[in-house]
Amino acid sequence: MGNHTRFDFEHNVTGALADDQLRKNLRKAMDILVDKRRTVFPDSEYLEQLRSAGNAIKRRALKQLPRLLEQLEVNCTKNGIQVHWAEDTAEANRIVLDIMRRHEAPAIVKGKSMVSEEMHLNRFLDEQGLEAVETDLGEFIIQLNHETPSHIIVPAIHKNKDEVAAIFHDKIPDTPYTEDVEELTAIARRVLRKRFAAAKVGLSGVNFAIAETGTLLLVENEGNGRMCTTVPEVHVAVMGLEKVIEKLSDVPPLLRLLTGSATGQVITTYVNMISSPRKSGEKDGPKEVHLVILDNGRSRMLADPEFRQTLLCIRCGTCLNHCPVYVRIGGHAYGHVYPGPIGKILTPQMEGLERAGVLATASSLCGACGEVCPVRIPIPDLIRRLRNESYDQDGSAVVEGGGYKKNLAETLVWKGWELANRSPLLNGIGTRLAGKLGKRIPRVGPLKKWTRVRTSPKVARCSLHERARNEGVNNE
Amino acid sequence: MEKRVSPDQSDQIYFFGTCLMDAAYPDAGMAAIRLLEAQGVEVTFPQDQSCCGQPAYNSGFIREARAVARKQIRVFAKPYPIIVPSGSCAGMMKHHYPDLFAGTPDEADAHRFSERVYEWSEYLATVLEVKLEDRGDPLTITWHSSCHALREMDVIRYSKALIRQLKNVTLVELERETECCGFGGTFAVKQPAISAAMVKDKVADITRTGASTVVAGDCGCLMNITGAMQHAGVAIAGKHLAEFLWERTNG
Ligand code: SF4
Repeated sequence: MGNHTRFDFEHNVTGALADDQLRKNLRKAMDILVDKRRTVFPDSEYLEQLRSAGNAIKRRALKQLPRLLEQLEVNCTKNGIQVHWAEDTAEANRIVLDIMRRHEAPAIVKGKSMVSEEMHLNRFLDEQGLEAVETDLGEFIIQLNHETPSHIIVPAIHKNKDEVAAIFHDKIPDTPYTEDVEELTAIARRVLRKRFAAAKVGLSGVNFAIAETGTLLLVENEGNGRMCTTVPEVHVAVMGLEKVIEKLSDVPPLLRLLTGSATGQVITTYVNMISSPRKSGEKDGPKEVHLVILDNGRSRMLADPEFRQTLLCIRCGTCLNHCPVYVRIGGHAYGHVYPGPIGKILTPQMEGLERAGVLATASSLCGACGEVCPVRIPIPDLIRRLRNESYDQDGSAVVEGGGYKKNLAETLVWKGWELANRSPLLNGIGTRLAGKLGKRIPRVGPLKKWTRVRTSPKVARCSLHERARNEGVNNE
Repeated sequence: MEKRVSPDQSDQIYFFGTCLMDAAYPDAGMAAIRLLEAQGVEVTFPQDQSCCGQPAYNSGFIREARAVARKQIRVFAKPYPIIVPSGSCAGMMKHHYPDLFAGTPDEADAHRFSERVYEWSEYLATVLEVKLEDRGDPLTITWHSSCHALREMDVIRYSKALIRQLKNVTLVELERETECCGFGGTFAVKQPAISAAMVKDKVADITRTGASTVVAGDCGCLMNITGAMQHAGVAIAGKHLAEFLWERTNG
């Protein structure tokens, strides 16, 4: 996964589509998530207002991002949180590594964090002889099985209960086979408690970083996030730089949108607000808190007024849940950290079009993602923009690898299409010809792909143009 | 249903036939025109029209899309409402033309054009307030919503309101009505495997309704769904809404 193997989307898709179990698991899970979201937002007018508020808050934050980041740093520092800046993932990994080395920590206990996935932190630490221990139940399951998350909120969503039972039995020593969810959870808790107790350093992500107060906000349901951020002596939080928001009063609408869209909850079981390390006289909490702020291509997105909207994302995952493509191929097929609709716009911008531009073709532009996105990211428009950049006709592409698909054959096809559709004469000849040839049109190229599961489209002998003319409909 | 008034008070309207309807569904096109005429409006079908430009627009060929779109703006020059028997083409012309021409000399014209665009069932239901008299035998059908009719044009309720006027027709809705059928223009040939999986599920959903006909308001979806049904040997007919309504009321 990730950068090590060459990304072959078509191969991944074929594999995923052939896996009936995977598709069944996904469909069932997505139906539940979609349903929960619908239930938690019964009033569509209220939801639309909330989405507009979410969009406005995040837009306002992006507009003044450099200032807010500075303010965040100042206020965090005042609170005793040490702030680190990482331009790319290598730098972010080194920062985490240095902290672990300084504290002679052989392992780090991790709460769920997509940015740490983006950093490929686990693999990096492994190469350094250090261990990353995933403590979110879903992450724990897939780590046991040496997999990566297939969903940004529910990382093991592609597995059903039986599969999890088998993994626990196989991978955790002395574990009898059980499909009982309570028992499985108890087993995970037993294993993880020991790791928490021994850990010197804990890691978490950040959902919102509040500039005004220097507060890191983190939502979760299992309490493992709170453990990671309070039990070890050192807490390292990692975040993408778009996570900063202006003020505390921005939190309620965003939080409502995030938990409602992500898991259909009014509020999560835990809402952690981290404002400082342990103060003198306090009995618990970490002695050091670090905040690593990662760029990794985000400043480049910020510079373009349209692509900037990618950074509105609050990583709720609901665009995945509603996507007719994601539900059929699952997260791993996308071959990168962020799958689904958000991945289709984020990954090509991070990795370049040459490596990941194909993801922009994997959309019917049905609009289901844009319809539900809590911060109103026009995902289909951004996908279309990436398609434009892939051909980069006018040399204006801003994404790396712009124009990588430019080729004469396709350009000529579309030029021909343009000419035919600008000239009524050519258009008429084309339609008439197709009508006459009928079934004898050779099934090559696109038509060959079309007819794999469909019959050929039947071109009428007489076009609507001709019919309208012959049957007396006004012209002009 | 709220009554709307056509911006142009004369009884003149334009009909935009869409490239797919032109080539593959001319019967549906003529039915759409005849149903409009039956309401006493005068329909003009400019012979110089062609395609809304969406195929190129969605494929990364924005310049070609603009050239073809500009042609339509020129051809549909009079201030008549423009009636489009496709939620997808209507969505392109109503919601994407302004973006397509933003910052170009044609921007103002594009806006004026877009304001006049109506999806066909929307115009019949809200402006013409059509009353349909069903003359057909009892029939069970199902309805497929095209994504752009649903999400860009938001006209599904109008299409269904027309169907529900037919007293002998029972409409059984799909379980996953709002899910894409997998057409997506060039998506069907750029990602054929995913598209095939999507249309297969759509056909299964249609089959489960027990309907003998699936009605849709977009020829793209229709071509995809009926093509897949025929290939799989499923004996369910597919019809464009206009053709279906015309047959029911003149049959
Ligand atoms: S793009 Fe929108 S829907 Fe998708 S994860 Fe981000 S915020 Fe959620």
